[in-house]
Amino acid sequence: MCAFKIMAQKSLLDCVVVANTPLSNTCFQLQLRPVSGTLPAILPGQFVEVRVDHTPTVILRRPISVFDVDFSTQTLSLLIQKVGDGTIALSELSEGAVVNLLLPLGNGFSTPEKPNSRLLLVGGGVGVAPLLYLGRQLRDSGHEVNFLLGFRSVREMIDLSAYRSIGNVYVTTEDGSEGETGFVTNHSILKQKADHLYVCGPSPMMKAVAAYAVKAGVSCEVSLENKMACGLGACLCCVTDTKEGHKCVCTEGPVFNINQLKWQI
Amino acid sequence: MTASGTFGYGTEFADLVDLSQIGGIIVKGTTLHHREGNPYPRMAETPSGMLNAVGLQNKGVDYFVEHIYPTICDIDSQMIVNVSGSSVEDYAATAEKIAALDKINAIEVNISCPNVKQGGMGFGTNPEMAAQVINAVRRAYPKTIIVKLSPNVTDIAEIARAVEGAGADSISLINTLLGMAIDTRTRRPILSTVTGGLSGPCIKPVALRCVWQVAKAVKVPVIGLGGIMTANDAIEFFLAGATAIQVGMANFVDPAVSVKIKQGIDDYLNKNGYSSIKQIIGALEV
Repeated sequence: MCAFKIMAQKSLLDCVVVANTPLSNTCFQLQLRPVSGTLPAILPGQFVEVRVDHTPTVILRRPISVFDVDFSTQTLSLLIQKVGDGTIALSELSEGAVVNLLLPLGNGFSTPEKPNSRLLLVGGGVGVAPLLYLGRQLRDSGHEVNFLLGFRSVREMIDLSAYRSIGNVYVTTEDGSEGETGFVTNHSILKQKADHLYVCGPSPMMKAVAAYAVKAGVSCEVSLENKMACGLGACLCCVTDTKEGHKCVCTEGPVFNINQLKWQI
Repeated sequence: MTASGTFGYGTEFADLVDLSQIGGIIVKGTTLHHREGNPYPRMAETPSGMLNAVGLQNKGVDYFVEHIYPTICDIDSQMIVNVSGSSVEDYAATAEKIAALDKINAIEVNISCPNVKQGGMGFGTNPEMAAQVINAVRRAYPKTIIVKLSPNVTDIAEIARAVEGAGADSISLINTLLGMAIDTRTRRPILSTVTGGLSGPCIKPVALRCVWQVAKAVKVPVIGLGGIMTANDAIEFFLAGATAIQVGMANFVDPAVSVKIKQGIDDYLNKNGYSSIKQIIGALEV
Protein backbone atom coordinates (compact mmCIF):
# COMPACT_ATOMS: atom_id res chain seq x y z
CA MET A 1 0.00 0.00 0.00
CA CYS A 2 1.20 3.52 -0.62
CA ALA A 3 -0.13 7.01 0.00
CA PHE A 4 -2.05 8.71 -2.81
CA LYS A 5 0.48 11.50 -3.32
CA ILE A 6 2.63 14.05 -1.55
CA MET A 7 0.80 16.15 1.02
CA ALA A 8 0.11 19.83 0.47
CA GLN A 9 1.28 22.57 2.80
CA LYS A 10 -1.10 23.40 5.60
CA SER A 11 -2.88 26.71 5.33
CA LEU A 12 -5.60 28.89 6.83
CA LEU A 13 -8.34 29.52 4.31
CA ASP A 14 -11.46 31.69 4.54
CA CYS A 15 -14.32 30.00 2.73
CA VAL A 16 -17.82 31.17 1.89
CA VAL A 17 -20.81 28.93 2.54
CA VAL A 18 -22.26 28.06 -0.87
CA ALA A 19 -24.97 25.78 0.55
CA ASN A 20 -25.93 24.37 3.93
CA THR A 21 -28.30 21.45 3.47
CA PRO A 22 -29.88 19.06 5.98
CA LEU A 23 -29.27 15.48 4.78
CA SER A 24 -30.90 13.56 7.64
CA ASN A 25 -32.45 14.38 10.99
CA THR A 26 -28.97 14.69 12.53
CA CYS A 27 -26.57 15.48 9.66
CA PHE A 28 -26.09 18.38 7.29
CA GLN A 29 -23.81 19.11 4.36
CA LEU A 30 -21.79 22.31 4.34
CA GLN A 31 -20.52 23.25 0.88
CA LEU A 32 -17.69 25.76 0.95
CA ARG A 33 -15.69 27.70 -1.62
CA PRO A 34 -12.53 29.75 -0.96
CA VAL A 35 -13.19 33.50 -0.69
CA SER A 36 -10.00 33.96 -2.70
CA GLY A 37 -7.39 31.60 -4.03
CA THR A 38 -7.91 27.90 -4.54
CA LEU A 39 -8.29 24.75 -2.48
CA PRO A 40 -5.05 22.92 -1.72
CA ALA A 41 -4.55 19.31 -2.82
CA ILE A 42 -6.58 17.14 -0.43
CA LEU A 43 -6.09 13.40 0.07
CA PRO A 44 -9.00 11.06 0.84
CA GLY A 45 -9.21 10.61 4.61
CA GLN A 46 -7.72 14.01 5.42
CA PHE A 47 -9.70 16.47 7.49
CA VAL A 48 -10.10 20.18 8.14
CA GLU A 49 -10.39 22.15 11.38
CA VAL A 50 -13.30 24.58 11.21
CA ARG A 51 -13.24 27.67 13.41
CA VAL A 52 -16.60 28.19 15.11
CA ASP A 53 -17.39 31.88 15.41
CA HIS A 54 -20.19 33.71 17.19
CA THR A 55 -20.96 31.20 19.93
CA PRO A 56 -20.89 32.14 23.60
CA THR A 57 -18.67 29.30 24.77
CA VAL A 58 -17.21 27.21 21.94
CA ILE A 59 -13.56 28.02 21.48
CA LEU A 60 -11.72 25.14 19.84
CA ARG A 61 -11.92 24.42 16.14
CA ARG A 62 -13.96 21.40 15.10
CA PRO A 63 -12.14 18.61 13.23
CA ILE A 64 -14.33 17.50 10.32
CA SER A 65 -13.44 14.93 7.69
CA VAL A 66 -13.61 15.83 4.03
CA PHE A 67 -16.83 14.48 2.51
CA ASP A 68 -16.16 15.50 -1.06
CA VAL A 69 -14.07 17.88 -3.15
CA ASP A 70 -14.88 19.22 -6.60
CA PHE A 71 -11.81 21.04 -7.86
CA SER A 72 -13.60 22.11 -11.07
CA THR A 73 -16.00 24.27 -9.04
CA GLN A 74 -13.56 24.74 -6.10
CA THR A 75 -16.15 23.28 -3.74
CA LEU A 76 -15.28 21.46 -0.53
CA SER A 77 -18.10 19.51 1.15
CA LEU A 78 -18.27 18.57 4.80
CA LEU A 79 -20.82 16.14 6.24
CA ILE A 80 -21.41 17.15 9.84
CA GLN A 81 -23.47 15.59 12.60
CA LYS A 82 -25.14 17.90 15.10
CA VAL A 83 -23.61 16.81 18.39
CA GLY A 84 -23.01 19.87 20.56
CA ASP A 85 -22.94 23.66 20.55
CA GLY A 86 -20.14 23.85 17.96
CA THR A 87 -21.69 21.65 15.30
CA ILE A 88 -25.15 23.14 15.96
CA ALA A 89 -23.67 26.60 15.33
CA LEU A 90 -22.22 25.35 12.05
CA SER A 91 -25.61 23.88 11.08
CA GLU A 92 -27.11 27.36 11.40
CA LEU A 93 -24.66 29.07 9.02
CA SER A 94 -26.42 30.87 6.17
CA GLU A 95 -25.38 30.96 2.54
CA GLY A 96 -22.75 33.66 2.15
CA ALA A 97 -21.36 33.27 5.68
CA VAL A 98 -17.58 32.98 5.90
CA VAL A 99 -15.82 30.27 7.90
CA ASN A 100 -12.12 29.83 8.48
CA LEU A 101 -10.58 26.44 7.78
CA LEU A 102 -7.20 24.98 8.71
CA LEU A 103 -6.35 22.39 6.07
CA PRO A 104 -5.40 19.85 4.84
CA LEU A 105 -4.74 17.86 8.02
CA GLY A 106 -3.85 14.25 8.75
CA ASN A 107 -2.37 11.44 6.71
CA GLY A 108 -5.25 10.05 4.64
CA PHE A 109 -5.98 6.51 3.50
CA SER A 110 -3.54 4.37 1.56
CA THR A 111 -4.23 3.07 -1.93
CA PRO A 112 -3.71 -0.58 -2.90
CA GLU A 113 -0.68 -1.37 -5.04
CA LYS A 114 -2.40 -4.41 -6.58
CA PRO A 115 -4.42 -3.34 -9.64
CA ASN A 116 -8.17 -4.09 -9.76
CA SER A 117 -8.38 -4.74 -6.03
CA ARG A 118 -11.76 -5.59 -4.58
CA LEU A 119 -12.26 -3.01 -1.83
CA LEU A 120 -14.87 -2.73 0.88
CA LEU A 121 -15.43 0.71 2.39
CA VAL A 122 -17.35 0.37 5.65
CA GLY A 123 -19.00 3.38 7.26
CA GLY A 124 -21.23 3.88 10.27
CA GLY A 125 -23.45 6.95 10.77
CA VAL A 126 -21.61 10.18 10.02
CA GLY A 127 -18.52 7.99 9.55
CA VAL A 128 -19.69 7.41 5.97
CA ALA A 129 -18.35 10.92 5.22
CA PRO A 130 -14.70 10.27 4.23
CA LEU A 131 -15.62 7.19 2.18
CA LEU A 132 -17.28 9.09 -0.68
CA TYR A 133 -14.18 11.01 -1.79
CA LEU A 134 -12.05 7.94 -1.07
CA GLY A 135 -14.34 5.70 -3.13
CA ARG A 136 -14.26 8.01 -6.13
CA GLN A 137 -10.45 8.18 -6.13
CA LEU A 138 -10.16 4.41 -5.71
CA ARG A 139 -12.61 3.79 -8.56
CA ASP A 140 -10.70 6.25 -10.76
CA SER A 141 -7.54 4.25 -9.94
CA GLY A 142 -9.24 1.18 -11.40
CA HIS A 143 -10.32 -0.64 -8.26
CA GLU A 144 -13.66 -2.29 -7.53
CA VAL A 145 -15.40 -0.18 -4.90
CA ASN A 146 -18.06 -1.61 -2.58
CA PHE A 147 -19.66 0.45 0.19
CA LEU A 148 -21.15 -1.13 3.30
CA LEU A 149 -22.94 1.64 5.17
CA GLY A 150 -24.71 1.27 8.50
CA PHE A 151 -27.23 3.59 10.14
CA ARG A 152 -29.44 3.42 13.22
CA SER A 153 -32.54 3.81 11.07
CA VAL A 154 -33.65 5.23 7.74
CA ARG A 155 -34.22 8.61 9.48
CA GLU A 156 -30.48 8.93 10.12
CA MET A 157 -29.59 7.75 6.60
CA ILE A 158 -28.39 10.30 4.08
CA ASP A 159 -29.14 10.17 0.33
CA LEU A 160 -26.71 7.56 -0.99
CA SER A 161 -27.03 8.28 -4.72
CA ALA A 162 -23.51 9.79 -4.85
CA TYR A 163 -22.15 6.52 -3.40
CA ARG A 164 -24.22 4.48 -5.86
CA SER A 165 -22.68 6.39 -8.77
CA ILE A 166 -19.25 5.14 -7.66
CA GLY A 167 -19.76 1.53 -6.65
CA ASN A 168 -22.04 -1.10 -5.13
CA VAL A 169 -23.82 0.07 -2.00
CA TYR A 170 -24.95 -2.29 0.78
CA VAL A 171 -26.93 -0.87 3.69
CA THR A 172 -27.77 -2.01 7.19
CA THR A 173 -30.03 -0.33 9.72
CA GLU A 174 -30.32 -1.38 13.33
CA ASP A 175 -34.12 -1.27 13.20
CA GLY A 176 -34.43 -2.83 9.73
CA SER A 177 -36.06 0.28 8.25
CA GLU A 178 -33.67 0.10 5.27
CA GLY A 179 -31.37 -2.62 3.89
CA GLU A 180 -30.43 -5.61 6.03
CA THR A 181 -31.29 -5.51 9.74
CA GLY A 182 -28.52 -5.21 12.32
CA PHE A 183 -24.98 -3.87 12.39
CA VAL A 184 -22.61 -3.71 9.43
CA THR A 185 -20.85 -6.80 10.76
CA ASN A 186 -24.11 -8.75 10.27
CA HIS A 187 -24.32 -7.99 6.55
CA SER A 188 -24.16 -10.89 4.11
CA ILE A 189 -21.65 -9.07 1.85
CA LEU A 190 -18.98 -9.89 4.44
CA LYS A 191 -19.19 -13.53 3.31
CA GLN A 192 -17.36 -12.42 0.16
CA LYS A 193 -13.74 -11.70 0.90
CA ALA A 194 -12.37 -8.26 -0.01
CA ASP A 195 -8.71 -7.42 -0.64
CA HIS A 196 -8.74 -4.51 1.79
CA LEU A 197 -11.11 -2.78 4.22
CA TYR A 198 -11.41 0.95 4.87
CA VAL A 199 -13.47 1.75 7.97
CA CYS A 200 -14.84 4.89 9.60
CA GLY A 201 -17.53 5.08 12.24
CA PRO A 202 -18.18 4.82 15.98
CA SER A 203 -15.39 3.14 17.93
CA PRO A 204 -17.33 -0.07 18.84
CA MET A 205 -18.30 -0.50 15.17
CA MET A 206 -14.71 -0.04 13.96
CA LYS A 207 -13.47 -2.52 16.55
CA ALA A 208 -16.09 -5.06 15.45
CA VAL A 209 -15.07 -4.65 11.79
CA ALA A 210 -11.39 -4.87 12.77
CA ALA A 211 -12.12 -8.15 14.59
CA TYR A 212 -13.82 -9.46 11.44
CA ALA A 213 -10.79 -8.34 9.35
CA VAL A 214 -8.34 -10.16 11.63
CA LYS A 215 -10.45 -13.32 11.54
CA ALA A 216 -10.91 -13.14 7.77
CA GLY A 217 -7.24 -12.32 7.19
CA VAL A 218 -8.01 -9.05 5.37
CA SER A 219 -5.90 -5.91 5.77
CA CYS A 220 -7.84 -3.07 7.34
CA GLU A 221 -7.47 0.65 7.91
CA VAL A 222 -9.57 2.67 10.33
CA SER A 223 -10.08 6.42 10.62
CA LEU A 224 -10.17 7.58 14.25
CA GLU A 225 -11.90 10.67 15.59
CA ASN A 226 -10.35 11.40 18.96
CA LYS A 227 -11.03 14.69 20.71
CA MET A 228 -8.60 17.19 19.33
CA ALA A 229 -7.34 20.72 19.94
CA CYS A 230 -4.57 22.02 17.66
CA GLY A 231 -4.77 19.57 14.72
CA LEU A 232 -1.06 20.11 14.12
CA GLY A 233 0.62 17.59 16.42
CA ALA A 234 1.58 20.23 18.97
CA CYS A 235 -0.74 19.83 21.95
CA LEU A 236 -0.66 16.01 22.14
CA CYS A 237 -4.29 15.88 23.31
CA CYS A 238 -5.65 13.50 20.66
CA VAL A 239 -3.26 10.58 21.10
CA THR A 240 -4.15 6.96 20.55
CA ASP A 241 -2.27 4.03 22.01
CA THR A 242 -0.22 2.23 19.37
CA LYS A 243 2.39 -0.51 19.47
CA GLU A 244 4.97 2.28 19.18
CA GLY A 245 3.49 4.32 22.06
CA HIS A 246 1.13 7.28 21.96
CA LYS A 247 0.67 8.76 18.50
CA CYS A 248 -1.22 11.92 17.54
CA VAL A 249 -4.41 11.12 15.65
CA CYS A 250 -4.22 14.58 14.01
CA THR A 251 -0.84 14.16 12.34
CA GLU A 252 0.10 10.47 12.46
CA GLY A 253 -3.55 9.55 11.78
CA PRO A 254 -6.47 9.85 11.58
CA VAL A 255 -6.00 6.72 9.48
CA PHE A 256 -4.21 3.78 11.10
CA ASN A 257 -3.75 0.23 9.95
CA ILE A 258 -5.30 -1.94 12.66
CA ASN A 259 -1.91 -3.69 13.00
CA GLN A 260 -0.51 -0.47 14.46
CA LEU A 261 -3.14 -0.19 17.20
CA LYS A 262 -3.32 -1.88 20.59
CA TRP A 263 -7.00 -2.71 20.27
CA GLN A 264 -8.24 -5.70 22.24
CA ILE A 265 -9.88 -7.54 19.35
CA MET B 1 6.52 34.30 22.95
CA THR B 2 4.54 31.13 22.51
CA ALA B 3 3.75 29.08 25.60
CA SER B 4 5.10 25.61 26.24
CA GLY B 5 2.84 22.75 25.23
CA THR B 6 0.80 24.87 22.83
CA PHE B 7 3.27 25.33 19.99
CA GLY B 8 5.13 21.99 19.83
CA TYR B 9 8.70 22.64 18.72
CA GLY B 10 7.66 25.52 16.45
CA THR B 11 8.15 23.43 13.32
CA GLU B 12 4.53 22.20 13.46
CA PHE B 13 3.41 25.81 12.80
CA ALA B 14 6.02 26.70 10.17
CA ASP B 15 3.54 26.42 7.25
CA LEU B 16 1.18 28.85 8.95
CA VAL B 17 3.20 31.61 10.62
CA ASP B 18 6.56 33.31 10.11
CA LEU B 19 8.43 31.94 13.13
CA SER B 20 11.04 34.72 12.93
CA GLN B 21 8.30 37.19 13.91
CA ILE B 22 7.89 35.50 17.28
CA GLY B 23 10.21 36.72 20.05
CA GLY B 24 10.60 33.35 21.70
CA ILE B 25 9.28 29.84 21.28
CA ILE B 26 9.05 27.82 24.47
CA VAL B 27 9.16 24.24 23.38
CA LYS B 28 7.29 21.30 24.84
CA GLY B 29 8.08 20.24 28.42
CA THR B 30 11.21 18.09 28.48
CA THR B 31 12.13 15.61 31.18
CA LEU B 32 15.23 13.56 31.96
CA HIS B 33 13.62 10.33 30.80
CA HIS B 34 11.07 9.44 28.12
CA ARG B 35 7.46 9.86 29.28
CA GLU B 36 4.42 8.38 27.54
CA GLY B 37 2.11 10.87 29.26
CA ASN B 38 -1.39 10.10 30.52
CA PRO B 39 -3.93 7.84 28.80
CA TYR B 40 -6.55 9.28 26.43
CA PRO B 41 -8.86 11.21 26.98
CA ARG B 42 -6.53 14.05 27.81
CA MET B 43 -8.61 17.02 26.82
CA ALA B 44 -12.03 18.46 27.54
CA GLU B 45 -13.36 21.67 26.08
CA THR B 46 -14.97 23.86 28.73
CA PRO B 47 -16.74 27.21 28.45
CA SER B 48 -14.17 29.63 26.96
CA GLY B 49 -11.33 27.27 27.72
CA MET B 50 -10.09 23.73 27.88
CA LEU B 51 -8.76 21.20 30.34
CA ASN B 52 -5.72 19.15 29.47
CA ALA B 53 -4.04 16.22 31.12
CA VAL B 54 -1.28 15.43 28.65
CA GLY B 55 1.15 14.59 31.44
CA LEU B 56 4.41 15.84 29.89
CA GLN B 57 4.58 13.33 27.05
CA ASN B 58 8.07 13.67 25.56
CA LYS B 59 10.94 11.47 24.47
CA GLY B 60 13.38 12.67 27.11
CA VAL B 61 16.24 15.17 27.06
CA ASP B 62 18.77 12.92 25.30
CA TYR B 63 16.38 12.42 22.38
CA PHE B 64 15.75 16.17 22.36
CA VAL B 65 19.47 16.95 22.20
CA GLU B 66 20.19 14.37 19.53
CA HIS B 67 17.14 14.48 17.26
CA ILE B 68 15.03 17.60 17.90
CA TYR B 69 17.61 20.29 18.62
CA PRO B 70 19.25 19.93 15.18
CA THR B 71 15.86 20.54 13.52
CA ILE B 72 15.06 23.70 15.51
CA CYS B 73 18.44 25.33 16.16
CA ASP B 74 18.26 27.39 12.96
CA ILE B 75 14.81 28.85 13.66
CA ASP B 76 15.24 32.61 13.83
CA SER B 77 13.62 33.08 17.25
CA GLN B 78 14.76 32.52 20.83
CA MET B 79 14.22 28.79 21.35
CA ILE B 80 13.62 28.18 25.05
CA VAL B 81 13.28 24.70 26.52
CA ASN B 82 10.68 24.03 29.18
CA VAL B 83 12.17 21.64 31.73
CA SER B 84 10.26 19.44 34.14
CA GLY B 85 11.15 16.67 36.55
CA SER B 86 10.00 14.36 39.30
CA SER B 87 12.97 15.07 41.59
CA VAL B 88 15.39 17.92 42.27
CA GLU B 89 18.17 15.84 40.70
CA ASP B 90 16.08 15.27 37.53
CA TYR B 91 15.62 18.99 37.01
CA ALA B 92 19.33 19.70 37.46
CA ALA B 93 20.47 16.83 35.22
CA THR B 94 18.06 17.87 32.43
CA ALA B 95 19.13 21.52 32.68
CA GLU B 96 22.80 20.53 32.54
CA LYS B 97 22.31 18.63 29.29
CA ILE B 98 20.51 21.61 27.73
CA ALA B 99 23.24 24.01 28.90
CA ALA B 100 25.55 22.40 26.33
CA LEU B 101 23.33 23.53 23.42
CA ASP B 102 24.76 26.72 21.87
CA LYS B 103 21.60 28.10 20.32
CA ILE B 104 19.49 27.79 23.46
CA ASN B 105 19.97 30.76 25.74
CA ALA B 106 17.31 30.06 28.32
CA ILE B 107 15.25 27.37 29.98
CA GLU B 108 11.84 27.65 31.57
CA VAL B 109 11.69 25.52 34.71
CA ASN B 110 8.22 24.11 35.10
CA ILE B 111 7.44 23.67 38.78
CA SER B 112 3.74 23.92 38.10
CA CYS B 113 2.49 21.03 35.96
CA PRO B 114 -0.73 19.72 37.53
CA ASN B 115 -0.79 16.55 35.41
CA VAL B 116 2.03 14.43 36.78
CA LYS B 117 1.85 12.23 39.85
CA GLN B 118 5.29 13.02 41.21
CA GLY B 119 6.93 16.42 41.25
CA GLY B 120 5.60 19.02 38.84
CA MET B 121 3.17 21.21 40.71
CA GLY B 122 4.30 19.65 44.01
CA PHE B 123 7.50 21.68 43.74
CA GLY B 124 5.71 24.88 42.90
CA THR B 125 3.21 24.99 45.72
CA ASN B 126 5.73 25.04 48.55
CA PRO B 127 8.29 27.90 48.78
CA GLU B 128 11.06 25.75 50.32
CA MET B 129 10.67 23.00 47.70
CA ALA B 130 10.55 25.58 44.91
CA ALA B 131 13.76 27.20 46.15
CA GLN B 132 15.43 23.81 46.42
CA VAL B 133 14.71 23.01 42.76
CA ILE B 134 15.86 26.40 41.53
CA ASN B 135 19.03 26.29 43.65
CA ALA B 136 19.96 22.97 42.07
CA VAL B 137 19.12 24.14 38.54
CA ARG B 138 21.09 27.36 39.14
CA ARG B 139 24.21 25.30 39.92
CA ALA B 140 23.71 23.19 36.78
CA TYR B 141 22.67 25.89 34.30
CA PRO B 142 24.68 29.09 33.74
CA LYS B 143 22.38 30.82 31.24
CA THR B 144 18.95 32.42 31.76
CA ILE B 145 16.52 30.60 34.03
CA ILE B 146 12.83 31.41 33.82
CA VAL B 147 10.67 29.76 36.48
CA LYS B 148 7.05 28.98 35.61
CA LEU B 149 4.70 29.26 38.58
CA SER B 150 1.44 27.58 39.43
CA PRO B 151 -1.65 29.60 40.35
CA ASN B 152 -2.85 26.75 42.57
CA VAL B 153 -1.43 28.35 45.72
CA THR B 154 -2.67 30.63 48.47
CA ASP B 155 0.11 33.21 48.15
CA ILE B 156 1.82 33.24 44.76
CA ALA B 157 4.05 36.21 45.69
CA GLU B 158 5.66 34.10 48.43
CA ILE B 159 6.64 31.40 45.87
CA ALA B 160 7.90 34.08 43.51
CA ARG B 161 10.14 35.59 46.18
CA ALA B 162 11.47 32.13 47.05
CA VAL B 163 12.52 31.33 43.46
CA GLU B 164 13.95 34.81 42.96
CA GLY B 165 16.06 34.24 46.08
CA ALA B 166 17.23 30.89 44.71
CA GLY B 167 18.57 32.47 41.52
CA ALA B 168 15.74 32.72 39.01
CA ASP B 169 16.44 35.33 36.30
CA SER B 170 12.79 35.67 35.39
CA ILE B 171 9.38 34.36 36.41
CA SER B 172 6.61 33.27 34.06
CA LEU B 173 3.05 32.82 35.21
CA ILE B 174 0.54 31.31 35.25
CA ASN B 175 0.51 27.62 34.45
CA THR B 176 -2.92 25.99 34.30
CA LEU B 177 -5.50 26.01 37.07
CA LEU B 178 -6.54 22.64 38.45
CA GLY B 179 -10.02 21.75 37.24
CA MET B 180 -12.32 18.94 36.17
CA ALA B 181 -15.24 18.11 33.90
CA ILE B 182 -17.87 15.38 34.13
CA ASP B 183 -19.82 13.51 31.46
CA THR B 184 -23.33 13.44 32.95
CA ARG B 185 -24.43 10.69 30.55
CA THR B 186 -21.85 8.21 31.81
CA ARG B 187 -21.43 9.85 35.25
CA ARG B 188 -17.67 9.61 34.73
CA PRO B 189 -14.94 12.25 34.57
CA ILE B 190 -14.08 13.28 31.00
CA LEU B 191 -10.33 13.19 31.63
CA SER B 192 -8.61 9.86 32.25
CA THR B 193 -6.84 11.51 35.19
CA VAL B 194 -10.11 12.93 36.64
CA THR B 195 -8.54 16.39 37.09
CA GLY B 196 -6.49 18.44 34.65
CA GLY B 197 -5.17 21.89 33.89
CA LEU B 198 -7.55 24.63 32.80
CA SER B 199 -6.35 27.16 30.23
CA GLY B 200 -7.82 29.64 27.79
CA PRO B 201 -9.57 32.99 28.12
CA CYS B 202 -11.59 31.78 31.11
CA ILE B 203 -8.42 31.94 33.28
CA LYS B 204 -7.24 35.37 32.14
CA PRO B 205 -8.59 37.35 35.12
CA VAL B 206 -6.84 34.95 37.54
CA ALA B 207 -3.60 35.17 35.55
CA LEU B 208 -3.73 38.94 35.47
CA ARG B 209 -4.25 39.12 39.23
CA CYS B 210 -1.29 36.76 39.80
CA VAL B 211 0.99 38.77 37.49
CA TRP B 212 0.04 41.97 39.25
CA GLN B 213 0.78 40.47 42.70
CA VAL B 214 4.11 38.92 41.62
CA ALA B 215 5.33 41.98 39.68
CA LYS B 216 5.00 44.00 42.88
CA ALA B 217 6.81 41.34 44.92
CA VAL B 218 9.97 40.66 42.88
CA LYS B 219 12.67 42.61 41.02
CA VAL B 220 13.26 40.07 38.22
CA PRO B 221 11.28 40.45 34.99
CA VAL B 222 7.86 38.82 34.96
CA ILE B 223 6.44 37.06 31.89
CA GLY B 224 2.64 37.00 31.84
CA LEU B 225 0.48 34.29 30.35
CA GLY B 226 -2.94 32.81 30.79
CA GLY B 227 -5.78 33.21 28.32
CA ILE B 228 -4.22 35.87 26.09
CA MET B 229 -6.21 35.82 22.83
CA THR B 230 -5.80 39.39 21.56
CA ALA B 231 -3.43 42.36 21.67
CA ASN B 232 -5.75 44.01 24.18
CA ASP B 233 -5.39 41.02 26.50
CA ALA B 234 -1.61 41.27 26.16
CA ILE B 235 -1.62 44.99 26.95
CA GLU B 236 -3.54 44.29 30.16
CA PHE B 237 -0.67 42.01 31.25
CA PHE B 238 1.95 44.67 30.43
CA LEU B 239 0.00 47.25 32.44
CA ALA B 240 -0.17 44.79 35.35
CA GLY B 241 3.63 44.58 35.34
CA ALA B 242 4.65 41.88 32.82
CA THR B 243 7.72 42.70 30.73
CA ALA B 244 6.85 40.03 28.16
CA ILE B 245 3.92 37.77 27.43
CA GLN B 246 3.29 34.25 26.20
CA VAL B 247 0.42 33.12 24.00
CA GLY B 248 -0.88 29.62 24.71
CA MET B 249 -4.23 28.15 23.88
CA ALA B 250 -4.97 30.90 21.33
CA ASN B 251 -2.51 29.11 19.01
CA PHE B 252 -5.05 26.29 18.71
CA VAL B 253 -7.77 28.67 17.54
CA ASP B 254 -5.58 30.73 15.23
CA PRO B 255 -2.10 29.31 14.56
CA ALA B 256 -0.96 32.75 13.34
CA VAL B 257 -2.33 34.66 16.34
CA SER B 258 0.99 35.46 18.03
CA VAL B 259 2.14 37.63 15.13
CA LYS B 260 -1.25 39.37 15.03
CA ILE B 261 -0.98 40.10 18.76
CA LYS B 262 2.49 41.56 18.27
CA GLN B 263 1.18 43.82 15.50
CA GLY B 264 -1.75 44.84 17.66
CA ILE B 265 0.57 45.83 20.51
CA ASP B 266 2.60 48.00 18.10
CA ASP B 267 -0.62 49.62 16.88
CA TYR B 268 -1.68 50.37 20.47
CA LEU B 269 1.70 51.94 21.27
CA ASN B 270 1.64 54.08 18.11
CA LYS B 271 -1.96 55.16 18.59
CA ASN B 272 -1.32 56.23 22.17
CA GLY B 273 1.97 58.01 21.48
CA TYR B 274 4.29 55.58 23.27
CA SER B 275 7.75 55.13 21.80
CA SER B 276 8.51 51.94 23.72
CA ILE B 277 6.67 49.04 25.34
CA LYS B 278 8.63 49.94 28.50
CA GLN B 279 6.36 52.94 28.97
CA ILE B 280 3.35 50.73 29.66
CA ILE B 281 4.99 48.01 31.76
CA GLY B 282 3.52 48.26 35.24
CA ALA B 283 1.79 51.51 34.28
CA LEU B 284 -1.46 50.42 35.88
CA GLU B 285 -3.06 53.28 37.77
CA VAL B 286 -4.73 51.96 40.89
